[in-house]
Amino acid sequence: MLAILLQAAQAAQAPPAATQIGEPNRVAMGFFFLFIATTLGITYWAARRTRTTEHFYAAGRTIGPRQNGFALAGDYMSAASFLGIAGLVSTSGFDGLIYSTGWLVGWPVVLFLIAEPLRNLGRYTFADVVAIRLQQAPVRLAAALGTLATVTFYLIAQMVGAGGLIKLMFGIRYELAIAIVGVAMIAYVLFGGMIATTWVQIVKAVLLLCGAAILAVMVLAQFGMNPARLFAAAAEKFGDGVLAPGKLVSKPLDTISLGLALMFGTAGLPHILMRFYTVPDAVAARKSVFWATGLIGAFYLMTFVLGFGAMVLVGPDVIKGVEPGGNMAAPLLAEHLGGTAFLGFIAAVAFATILAVVAGLTLSGAAALSHDLWVSVVRKGHASQQEQLRVARLATVLLGIVAVLLGITFKGQNVAFMVGLAFAIAASANFPALVLSMFWRRCSTTGAVASMLTGTVSTLLLIYLSPTVQVDILKHSVAWFPFKNPALVTIPLSFAVGVLVSLATPERQAVEGYQYLERRMHLGAVEE
Amino acid sequence: MALALTTIMVIVYFGFVSLIAFDKPLLAVHVTPGLTLGILLGVLVIVSTWLLTWVYVRWANTKYDAELHRLRK
Repeated sequence: MLAILLQAAQAAQAPPAATQIGEPNRVAMGFFFLFIATTLGITYWAARRTRTTEHFYAAGRTIGPRQNGFALAGDYMSAASFLGIAGLVSTSGFDGLIYSTGWLVGWPVVLFLIAEPLRNLGRYTFADVVAIRLQQAPVRLAAALGTLATVTFYLIAQMVGAGGLIKLMFGIRYELAIAIVGVAMIAYVLFGGMIATTWVQIVKAVLLLCGAAILAVMVLAQFGMNPARLFAAAAEKFGDGVLAPGKLVSKPLDTISLGLALMFGTAGLPHILMRFYTVPDAVAARKSVFWATGLIGAFYLMTFVLGFGAMVLVGPDVIKGVEPGGNMAAPLLAEHLGGTAFLGFIAAVAFATILAVVAGLTLSGAAALSHDLWVSVVRKGHASQQEQLRVARLATVLLGIVAVLLGITFKGQNVAFMVGLAFAIAASANFPALVLSMFWRRCSTTGAVASMLTGTVSTLLLIYLSPTVQVDILKHSVAWFPFKNPALVTIPLSFAVGVLVSLATPERQAVEGYQYLERRMHLGAVEE
Repeated sequence: MALALTTIMVIVYFGFVSLIAFDKPLLAVHVTPGLTLGILLGVLVIVSTWLLTWVYVRWANTKYDAELHRLRK
């Protein structure tokens, strides 16, 4: 039995000595232009339907639950989860599973605590919910800060990743790749708003799920459709260690801290929260999370198979040889199993993935700038539809340009930690304020603002003092703060600050407003 | 209900993560050849998210919505 396995493994092992990765790939170009053409067509169609802010930010609230489920999955499954997890598993085995499960378990929390109340209470941003019975200006300022911090770090990670990957896969210049991503993303959001962004996400999610599924079936076909045989083959070649927790998780508390950030970060990501406003009602919001959880879970199961497939069939040394971070595991596996054409397809899918995620991020950042800062703080809620739309579009272009510039500025830097940073800020700045304001009667304006500011500032500070920045980037020998991920400290800290400051600054209006909030949280807005 | 399910999810996930953090040898035990306890539990965590969301949606679609319907009247 084992002999057969070994033979199969060795037969399949024959490493692709020359990979086409890095060469301009015609099939990839073809698929990629097809994707761009399709999505721009969608954008043109959506642009004619985008007339009000309701359309621009929330797709007119006409997206169905299944569509929104796919779009949520599309927004969430970034290149980090497709290429990153497959790469992580292919080079270090079991440890990648910590990320896949962590990124998934946030979804039930979103469903149980956030999705329906958010849909019932807010209009376009999560700040709508926090501000509903508190003072508008300070809450929205602090919330916009948290949103923009999350979005910026997420964008940097995606843009730098995009530039590097596209350069690797299509053989074009880094700056050109970034510019292409920037222009396409601005076009989607600027003209098509949430309607175009939603459909881009849906197309991308379907492509990504299909690509991953085909690849996973091709891998399993080599092992008699039995995942256990795949794992056994991996253990046979690389030792039992690859099937158990290993070196990535040497510090116990650091692991738990990472888990916390992944779990509660999802419930604070502005571009995810914003999607709940695109459906007609709370019931649809609920069903859409159910779809999203199913799709994303299935996707992570597949990436696990892809990772081990790449480990056994391609080999960690070949993968690291192409790109030290391991990110090319899935494309290399595709080339090994399906040749250059399939590599081209997967490369185009990866590009589409990044493009869709940055579009979603940009839209949520634009909403914070225009809806929270301009309309609610500067104009105190008195702005015409035309003005609101104009400012939202201006903010989109501005953010798009900033994203391109940041992408170019951080070229060649190690930005992998920035996704973790974005999740940590979302979990510590946005999530506690959201929960306190919705479920705790005595939450006050000062308390909510203090909690959001504490979350943002403490996360930034502790990341700066952590080994990731001090040791890995600044090359100091020791770091002041022991954990790579600060969530274990910052989440409890923001909750504590929110509670203590609220108790110290009782706010009669806020307490009186709670009854209204509670009723509307369950029953929805009356005027809609 | 929502709080109870959230608690279950937190316990399931952090149970898993704690095992990773504090008891690595246990997770390295093979259940069947090739399938370690760690991988099995990881997959079960994913399956548990599906189950919990399903339980919640079932409950909300029937009990919770009926209650809301009654309140609206």
